[in-house]
Amino acid sequence: MNQRNSYLAKGADRSLIWLWFILSFIGVISIFSATYRDGDNILQGFLSLKTDYSRQSLFFVISGIAGIFILLTDSKFFTATANLWYAFGILLMLLVFPFHSNIKGTSSIIRLGSSVQIQPADICKIFVNLALAKYLSRVETDFAKPRSQLIAAVIALVPAGMSIMQKETGLALVYFSFFLVMFREGLPALVLIIGFSFAVLVVATLLMDPNILALILTGIAVGAIYILRRQIKRQRAVLFLIVSIWFVCVGVQRFVVPFVFDHVFQPYQVKRIYDAIGKDYVPKNAAAAKEIEEKSAGKKKDNGNYNVKQSKIAISNGGFIGRGLLKGTQTRYDFVPEQRTDFIFCTIGEGFGFLGSVIFLSIYVILLMRIVTLAERQRSVFSRAYAYGVASVFFFHISINVCMTIGLAPVIGIPLPFVSYGGTSLLTFSVMLFILARLDADRQMVLR
Amino acid sequence: MPVFNQSRSNIIRLIFGGMFLVIFAQLFNLQVFSDRYKKMAAENALFPKRVYPTRGIIYDHRQRAILNNTILYDLMVTPSQVKNMDTAYFCQLLEIDSAEFRSRILDAKIKNGTFRPSIFEDLLEPDLYAKLEENIWRFPGFNLQERPVRVYPYNAAAHIMGYVGEVDSNILRRSNFYYQLGDYVGRSGLEQFYEKQLMGQRGIEFWIKDNKNRLVGHYADRGLDTPAIAGRNLHTSLDIELQQLAEKLLSSKIGSVVAIEPKTGGILAMASSPDYDPNSLTGPDKQKNYGSLVLDVRSPLLNRAIKGLYPPGSTYKPLGALVGLDEGVITQASGYPCLGVYLACSHPVKCLENWPGHAANLRLAIAHSCNSFFCNTFRLTVDNRKIGDVREGLETWKNYMNKFGLGHRIGVDLPSEDGGNIPDTASYDKEYHGSWNSCTMTTLGIGQDKMLVTPLQMANAMCIVANKGYFYTPHFVQSVEGHAAEDSILDKYVVKHEVLTHISDGDYETVISGMQDVTEVGTARVARIDGINMCAKTGTAENYLNLEGKRTKLNNNSMFVCFAPRENPQIAVAVVIQNAGFGATWAGRIGSLVVEKYLRDTLTSERVKLATEIANTNLMPGYLVRLQFITDSARAALWAKQSGDSTRWKNFMDPSTRRQMLDTLHKTTTHVVIPFGSRPQAAVTPDSSRGRRTDSVAKKKTDTTGHPAKSFIKKASDSAALKPKEKPVLQKDSSTNQAP
Repeated sequence: MNQRNSYLAKGADRSLIWLWFILSFIGVISIFSATYRDGDNILQGFLSLKTDYSRQSLFFVISGIAGIFILLTDSKFFTATANLWYAFGILLMLLVFPFHSNIKGTSSIIRLGSSVQIQPADICKIFVNLALAKYLSRVETDFAKPRSQLIAAVIALVPAGMSIMQKETGLALVYFSFFLVMFREGLPALVLIIGFSFAVLVVATLLMDPNILALILTGIAVGAIYILRRQIKRQRAVLFLIVSIWFVCVGVQRFVVPFVFDHVFQPYQVKRIYDAIGKDYVPKNAAAAKEIEEKSAGKKKDNGNYNVKQSKIAISNGGFIGRGLLKGTQTRYDFVPEQRTDFIFCTIGEGFGFLGSVIFLSIYVILLMRIVTLAERQRSVFSRAYAYGVASVFFFHISINVCMTIGLAPVIGIPLPFVSYGGTSLLTFSVMLFILARLDADRQMVLR
Repeated sequence: MPVFNQSRSNIIRLIFGGMFLVIFAQLFNLQVFSDRYKKMAAENALFPKRVYPTRGIIYDHRQRAILNNTILYDLMVTPSQVKNMDTAYFCQLLEIDSAEFRSRILDAKIKNGTFRPSIFEDLLEPDLYAKLEENIWRFPGFNLQERPVRVYPYNAAAHIMGYVGEVDSNILRRSNFYYQLGDYVGRSGLEQFYEKQLMGQRGIEFWIKDNKNRLVGHYADRGLDTPAIAGRNLHTSLDIELQQLAEKLLSSKIGSVVAIEPKTGGILAMASSPDYDPNSLTGPDKQKNYGSLVLDVRSPLLNRAIKGLYPPGSTYKPLGALVGLDEGVITQASGYPCLGVYLACSHPVKCLENWPGHAANLRLAIAHSCNSFFCNTFRLTVDNRKIGDVREGLETWKNYMNKFGLGHRIGVDLPSEDGGNIPDTASYDKEYHGSWNSCTMTTLGIGQDKMLVTPLQMANAMCIVANKGYFYTPHFVQSVEGHAAEDSILDKYVVKHEVLTHISDGDYETVISGMQDVTEVGTARVARIDGINMCAKTGTAENYLNLEGKRTKLNNNSMFVCFAPRENPQIAVAVVIQNAGFGATWAGRIGSLVVEKYLRDTLTSERVKLATEIANTNLMPGYLVRLQFITDSARAALWAKQSGDSTRWKNFMDPSTRRQMLDTLHKTTTHVVIPFGSRPQAAVTPDSSRGRRTDSVAKKKTDTTGHPAKSFIKKASDSAALKPKEKPVLQKDSSTNQAP
């Protein structure tokens, strides 16, 4: 291989490491600019480990050390222990149920001592990715068979289900991104399309007036019939198909969703879903309202609508070239809640404007494209599936996080990879990336 | 290994790319395209803080500041920071109880929220400020904020300077919302007239506020701030010592003194009495003080120098003489065989002199103020055959009067000046249905009848006589520091109005000689000043007032006009003392003191003694006591009815006091005292806040009478509005009062 590389990074993709470094560094700077107050001693702030940016820097270093260790590990280690890790992950998730502590309305966090927190639903992404790659790379797996597809889906969705039970819907949705991996490995596109359409339909049902949505659906159906009128003349079945799809859609929108919300979910769950998409929920009756009150007692009031509005204001305030580092009026003075974590993109949006945001997001695009390129040059299915898993998870995180700050997606509270404040999150993403780098470095050693 | 799926990598890249394109589009929309969120951002985080400039200072003609600025302090509170403090000690300092303390904190929270400072107590008294300043560290969450306040160092010229007050909705609308609620604006006097010059230019500082509305710093390094520009100072022609003397001489009298420099039109002094302490309308008690000033029947807020309307009486005579001379109906040799009464018309007009020859010529007639002579002159003027009939004669005469600056506003630089009245043919047509002649209005010739002038107009007419035909519009402000477009309002004060220069100098000399004789041998010998040739004219004008429905003749108004020295007139003065009697006695002596003070700069000890004597003389007309008693008792009765607290009302119902108070119509009282000492403050407040409304409220509620007390409220409130049938009811009431 490339002999100029040092022993440590031998064969590891340098661009990947650089991108990791750049993004994590931007993260520290962003957190600094979101939490720094005029007059603070910067050096002291960085050394004290009391400020958010100093803690993030610490985790930056820890992640780097973890990355070195991973790069020193044999790549076969990951293949060999993938299932074990998965089992470990599931165990961790199960441990949450008896040992969780309630923080900010989620019960997915285990506390060890006073300062260390673990969120298994977050870490589990790595294990699921490994296990899924392992399953797909098995010789006996024929992914064309529905049974294999089902098993793969179960591997991905078991942690998701547990995550939902731990009131951490946002992280649960991340696991759905593994369908992209399965799609690459041969899952029929139709499954993806239907799944996506269904999700859009449900969200649209919640967001829009039912009659208008019905009209839109009808309009789409009529348009489809008009476009396909030639084929319909030849094959009546097409017309039948379109009408039945329309019928199912309207049925879902009109009856299924309301029924599920009224009779299957508890009012507080409905409230949570409404909150997640940033919509006000008006309880049907006093009993429901009371139940919501009880369930949310002691919980920090979280108004999705307000967050999104403030976040949009902040990003908009950046203009074309931005206000400059530490100059933003909105992000500097706490107008955007959760600014260090889920809404960190506002800091970049306001500080560096449209130009800076595009450059920043382009770094992510380069990262994602690089990972796909790496994936495609792998010889083993395991490595490729793993690489696609990394790309999918990153993509899901980035797009949903940025979209929610600019009002294109519901606020579901998932971090921006490498940039959002949070040690576990930074470490998890770094580990995922370094494992990929390790696998990629050894791609020649694998025969199949 | 399904190799064919490799193409799907491109689909995945496409999905990735597509998503980011959507994100870029939305970012472009938010950051580059739409303004909506940017505006919201400004609303969120920017606080445009108005910075008030200090108002301009007003100087007198010797550069002494007569209206200045000082700093008072407001006690501010930030409720969220009020913790662990010695509330008891704090309340003791402020002399409030803890319930009051809590309610004020609650008020502050409601008004401004817990994180922003609000006013806890405004305009602290200096000693309270000193105490708080020492101890402010003990009270977290409290701080002292300075606020500029107007101060009148000489405690004089209240009516001229005016006062500032908060803008009301009218001013807001008229200013096209340049002013904002809470702004202070000149509400009267020079403060109002020169508002644009005095107010300066408001500045705006852009502050950044955080999510709790706390101001955290300057925005854009003050790059967008506009600094406040201080108001511009005014330099006036006022002589503050002369003003103080005039005000002192007028104390305990109702009247006015106006002194003008004839050569420039600059007003040297303008006093109106009763007046008020201008500093009482700036400090912490300004609301209360203003309330009691408004409720005073003597109208201390009224500037009688420009708003008081008086028949000029004999002070008109020099003007009448000039008109007669110019029209050629009399000459300086003309005389009138007056023996104490003018009998040419159906009703006789009395003359104060009755010895033969006191009106042998014009000079003598002026010196002795012969009524007959001037009635005759007036009739000759209006009946002049050269002009035509009496209508044209009256129009001609009116024209002269208008040229003398009477009958219309002169245009002094004070707001709400009154124009007086010079009757025209229409007003006589209306009264006499078209059938009238010169006999109908004979007394116009001695400054009575329908003729009404303001003291300022009288002084200005004297300037015209002194200048022999020209005048400058009387004004206070000579110059404004700095230059601005709006200063063009000063231009009209440098225009020489040559209104009556066509009257020959000889005619003027004749009249002026007559006026000098007034002080030498005539009616105003008491006003003579040794060494100064003063030309003057006294006036003793009859006046009537509609008191409780009856046209009551009051004591004569004492009037005096003069200018001096004759050779080079430097000061023209008009003095009016209401209901004080003979012209020379009061107005004449006051006028001569003012002239001497101005021309000699000091008064001899003998003259100082005279001044003190005059100042200590009370000439308040007695009917005011009665009026005040009636208004106050009506208010007390209303208060008793509404609050059930009748202690104050009972004071008014004491029969002996009532007799004393209501029997003062023609007496000059020692002093108008509001009965029973100062009114209890708690009781004053609701009254003053309601002010004029009380009367109408009382009227509305009195239809269901039956109880004697109720009927009193009705009648008393009616009488407050000067309705008829007052007296019998009052008497009846005072008798019925003893029964229960």
